[in-house]
Amino acid sequence: MTKRTHMVTFLGLATACAIIFSYVEMLLPPIWQAVPGVKVGLANVVVIYLLYKVSFKSAFAVSMVRIFIMSLLFGNVMILSYSIAGAVLSLSVMALLKKTGLFSTMGVSIAGGVMHNVGQILMAIIWLGTKEIGYYLIILAVTGTLAGIAVGIAAALLLKYTKKLKFNA
Amino acid sequence: MNNIPSKKRYLNDLILVGAIALIVAIAFAVFALTMREGKSVTVSVDGKIKHTYSLSDEVDKTIEVEGGSNHLVIKGGKAYIESATCPDKICANHRPISKDGETIVCLPNRVVVAVSGD
Repeated sequence: MTKRTHMVTFLGLATACAIIFSYVEMLLPPIWQAVPGVKVGLANVVVIYLLYKVSFKSAFAVSMVRIFIMSLLFGNVMILSYSIAGAVLSLSVMALLKKTGLFSTMGVSIAGGVMHNVGQILMAIIWLGTKEIGYYLIILAVTGTLAGIAVGIAAALLLKYTKKLKFNA
Repeated sequence: MNNIPSKKRYLNDLILVGAIALIVAIAFAVFALTMREGKSVTVSVDGKIKHTYSLSDEVDKTIEVEGGSNHLVIKGGKAYIESATCPDKICANHRPISKDGETIVCLPNRVVVAVSGD
């Protein structure tokens, strides 16, 4: 198998995985009834794994495809815009932090979780035109951190146990 | 990263979380300490203000939007949403607001009820 075929197949599987994680998360009952929108962001385990294992481009591609498919199947234009805003901001910051080499996978994931929420709130402010929605960020910073810790640990474990998998991207 | 992160990396993670917590704490303190009683209530749909009332008014009105509605009540100096057609009902479960800057948002219906100081 050529390197390219290997890459294409692997990313295809990764995308399918991300979609399934996202779907399962949709089926689970809300983690916190007070704020129903709070999610763990399980699909990001795949995204962070790809960021570390393969490349930023592949992580970005898989993330976008996952978002488009989920929004197409289960969402609408607004949900699509919120997801894209969150994902783009979160992935950019995570890639930057990873590049500095100063943080562990968990730290990068925590930053990703918080920035994802920041991105979504910014989108909400754009859609609804009021800056007061920013107050939600106080709670979302906490849930984003907690989600980041969980996702970060999962991604780190995955990376640890798949050391034999190699990509010369 | 191929190895278990060094203690230094974990320390940096902690500093990162600390920085986030600090920003949140400062934001919370600023916001809690500068809350004043509000004077008026604005209702916007899709980012455009549709109605303005005074907090001292008695209002009982259903805000109609495309595909749904929110039932707004202003009584006793507080504003709240009695009921709504949205699927999550976060707006309806929100406690009544009365301070400048407080808002009740209904994302599905794109409705924002905001209290302002003037």
